[in-house]
Amino acid sequence: MFDIKQYEKAESVKDAVRLLSENPNAKLISGGTDVLIRLREGHSEYSELVDIHDLEEIKGVSYTDTGDIEICAATTFTEVVDSEIINDVLPVLALASGTVGGPQVRNVATIGGNLCNGAVSADSLASLCVLDALLITESAEGEREIPIIDFYLGPGQVVLGQTEILKSIRICLDNYAGYGTHYYKYAMRNAMDIATIGCAAAVKMDDGKIETLKISFTVAAPKPIRAKTAEEFAVGLEPTEENIKKIAKQVMNDVTPRDSWRASKDFRLHIIETLAERVIKHAAEDAGGES
Amino acid sequence: MAVGKSVERLDAVAKATGRARYTEDFTLSGMKHAVYVRSTIAHGIVTGINTEKAGALPGVRAIFTYEDVPDIRFSTAGHPYSDDPSHRDPYDRHLLTKHVRFEGDEIAIVVADSELIARKAAKLVEVTYDELAVLNTPENILAENAPQIHPEGNLTGEHEFSVGGDMSEAVKASAHLTESSYKTAMVQHCHLENQIAYGYMDDNDNIVVVSSTQIPHIARRIISEALSFPIGRIKVIKPYIGGGFGAKQDVVVEPMAAWLTLKMDGAPVQVNLTREESLSCSRTRHPFIGHAKGGADKDGTLRFLDLDAVSLTGAYASHGHAIAQAGGAKACTMYPRAVIRYHARTLYSNMPTAGAMRGYGTPQVVFFVENIIEELARKSGTDPLEFRLKNVGITGDINPLNNKPILTHGLKECLEKGRELIKWDEKQKLYKNKKSGNIRSGLGVACFSYASGTYPVLVEGASVRMVLNQDGSVHIQAGATEIGQGSDTVFAQMTSETTGISFEKVKVISTQDTDFSPFDTGAYASRQTYVGGQAVYKAAVELKEKILKYAELITGQTIDRIIIAGDKVVLKEKPEVTVITMRDLAVDAYYHKDRGGQITAEVSYKTRTNAPSFGCTFVDIDVDVKLCKVYIKEIYNIHDAGKIINPLLAEGQVHGGMSMSIGAALSEELLIDDKTGRVYNNNLLDYKLPTIMDMPDLKCAFVETDEPTASYGNKSLGEPPVISPAPALRNAVWDATGAKPDEIPMSPKYLFKVFKKSGII
Repeated sequence: MFDIKQYEKAESVKDAVRLLSENPNAKLISGGTDVLIRLREGHSEYSELVDIHDLEEIKGVSYTDTGDIEICAATTFTEVVDSEIINDVLPVLALASGTVGGPQVRNVATIGGNLCNGAVSADSLASLCVLDALLITESAEGEREIPIIDFYLGPGQVVLGQTEILKSIRICLDNYAGYGTHYYKYAMRNAMDIATIGCAAAVKMDDGKIETLKISFTVAAPKPIRAKTAEEFAVGLEPTEENIKKIAKQVMNDVTPRDSWRASKDFRLHIIETLAERVIKHAAEDAGGES
Repeated sequence: MAVGKSVERLDAVAKATGRARYTEDFTLSGMKHAVYVRSTIAHGIVTGINTEKAGALPGVRAIFTYEDVPDIRFSTAGHPYSDDPSHRDPYDRHLLTKHVRFEGDEIAIVVADSELIARKAAKLVEVTYDELAVLNTPENILAENAPQIHPEGNLTGEHEFSVGGDMSEAVKASAHLTESSYKTAMVQHCHLENQIAYGYMDDNDNIVVVSSTQIPHIARRIISEALSFPIGRIKVIKPYIGGGFGAKQDVVVEPMAAWLTLKMDGAPVQVNLTREESLSCSRTRHPFIGHAKGGADKDGTLRFLDLDAVSLTGAYASHGHAIAQAGGAKACTMYPRAVIRYHARTLYSNMPTAGAMRGYGTPQVVFFVENIIEELARKSGTDPLEFRLKNVGITGDINPLNNKPILTHGLKECLEKGRELIKWDEKQKLYKNKKSGNIRSGLGVACFSYASGTYPVLVEGASVRMVLNQDGSVHIQAGATEIGQGSDTVFAQMTSETTGISFEKVKVISTQDTDFSPFDTGAYASRQTYVGGQAVYKAAVELKEKILKYAELITGQTIDRIIIAGDKVVLKEKPEVTVITMRDLAVDAYYHKDRGGQITAEVSYKTRTNAPSFGCTFVDIDVDVKLCKVYIKEIYNIHDAGKIINPLLAEGQVHGGMSMSIGAALSEELLIDDKTGRVYNNNLLDYKLPTIMDMPDLKCAFVETDEPTASYGNKSLGEPPVISPAPALRNAVWDATGAKPDEIPMSPKYLFKVFKKSGII
């Protein structure tokens, strides 16, 4: 049983913005796989809800005229995993989305919700970071575009204003075309688990050498991060086993994992380095580089 | 003939279609819901409790605190009452407590119109404490100035035995000696259905409690003790149950449900725990800390095992020291020719209460035994499988604890069968050069022994009533409880086997109602087919004889020439000749004006034997050293459970046990903060119960001995599958990596430390 005090079903994004403007205590609910859990735990700040579940205008995956990919925020993970476009050009996102919860969760949980709840362990996050996703929102003040890496303020906190709704996630052509990618979710279980560490990489090769490396980690810092030192270090290197080891070592400069009862800092650092090696290697191979 | 066949379980369709009704599915108008106010600290004395805000919430009907409950101490352990006072469980708890002993202890309870209101109100109750030192290691629990968790002290129980000869001589005679310390974690049953019960009164005199319990008759006795209320005026009803695994061999919520309905003028009151409460505020498996020593001859003959175990029972004894006692005793028939010494202490601690859990102490003790056996085998330069083959018991060996011969001991055959199935010899060779690099391969084996019931420690009685219906079908009422293990189905198979009545015509009344169901202490100790089976056999023989006698009376065909075949009585020598149909016979018995009567058989029988049961696990793994992860490529459990009554159900039992043990071996642990006693992970996200995606293909095989003390040649199988996978996995990780883990779970976090220490990462 849930202690829901107020519930409004929005008919459109505009309508949802209006409902959020009218009630400063209202929170959005879409798939409900996070909100309902909070409510069950007795968090009363989720007791007034504006429901955007199944709003057609924010569902689906499509190409824009310029070849960018538009993933609407209320698209469920099952739809992401099954999407032909995603599988064709953003396989890393399909891979990551398939690691969310279990089938029942993926059937209702949305990719937008995964980002908006602010969890630093979000399964779609690392992949979207290496794809330099742009988040398109609408609020009482109008529309805006937010680069994903600027979206997070800290654990559980994002930049969204009270009336602001994430409408879609845009991946620009330049950020996916020509890249090899990979993702690894390190967790204690193969399903129904949160990541201990998540790692995604995108590699563009030029004449057998790394032209661009993008590598991102989740749960490796209070916010999702791109390992910039490692990315810069990698430019121009051949993706040999030895070089990849060196790049992975550079990652250590960019991460600040927690020491907690869930996993010690030592252990997380060890896993981060191990994943960095493996994920870069796979991404480079995917980009056509030998290693 | 139905025994030995994989007939479909009687409740399969009801459960698969959702028609089977569980405790929460039953509603009564005016049902109230009760929610505990639980302590937020692990050890202390409540100094103040303010219920004003909670009481003011609309819909709250009553709030009771520790000041309101009867001053009666009781035990929740679901043991049969013992006529020997030294065997009774510690009576160490009240319905609610002022002295809180773990985080989540029960201080007060709110009764409201809905569970939601009750939960909100419970959060509004304000409690202040005088905090006491939190005790959760043997050192601080037994420290001289440690606060007493219970007035009787912090030691719940202690015992020691030594069998098989003189220990000091065995040590002297050993060419190879080894010793190690081991640890097993606190794990939880995670039955699908959380603990739930509701109580109500139909009149002014009698309390009814409907409960998800393994032990309705024992629950009735404990409610009676806890409330000081006459047992004859309490009835307990057990509908279908969504798993128990021992957690429901404890009365966690039933006495409270009964007491609340009394306090609420007979109104129905339901107590329904959340998953979080079930995980850390019901029962767990006792964590064990152990030290083991072993010795062997030059030729690899095991000379002795010397075990010392500390078991932490948590805030209340529940089954307490009985767990460590049973664990030590049941492990003795594995290597019955060695000198065995076992010393165990059970300690109170400021942790969740441990109780009965599938295997009842044996998984912990066997983990120690099979670890030290492995070390001894390696130290003496013997293949671990050969070492076991040489030293395990065989039929005719003497059980060192009771000095009686073991009538069926199929362990050696199990090991030989497993060797073939997993291709041990072939893989041993193949894996010799897979012991370096990042992915390493290894093999592990471990044995176990167990028992079939609790005799002679406790009474082993079972009662069964069989009734012939007007259509020639049979109803069985058994006191033994179906808790998912399939006991209803095997009782029907046994009845069909012995009477000759077709299986389809036998219905087992699945619900126990202590007003009507004959007495049986319930489902635990893997006793149902062995102990319950004896009563079923005797009742079936009696029913068959009564039916045939009546057939003789009606037809004049003498009893020695006729048998029951399905739905007819036929000539023994010419079964195609029908003497009378069962239906005609039954109608005659019910309605003939001058003869007959309802044909029934009722038996209450006490079993005075206890057949040891055996088996082993073989496992083939890869270890990803850098990721600190274990991948099971192949795993087999091989069991000597005597004759298998229903192969499909038996396999299901084995699969369930294996998955529980794999979880305990690789990922499951309830984590407690050392300083505060806070439980970190009482939810299924952070408590790493494996999912189906984490399970390998579970395989099993049986060595079917024919146990002469059982009615159908059968021995225990309910708990045994959970014992040996964990030590087999530990031995395999050691084999693969050369790094020796001494604790479970071998989670990545733990393996990281082990691998780091041994220098492989």
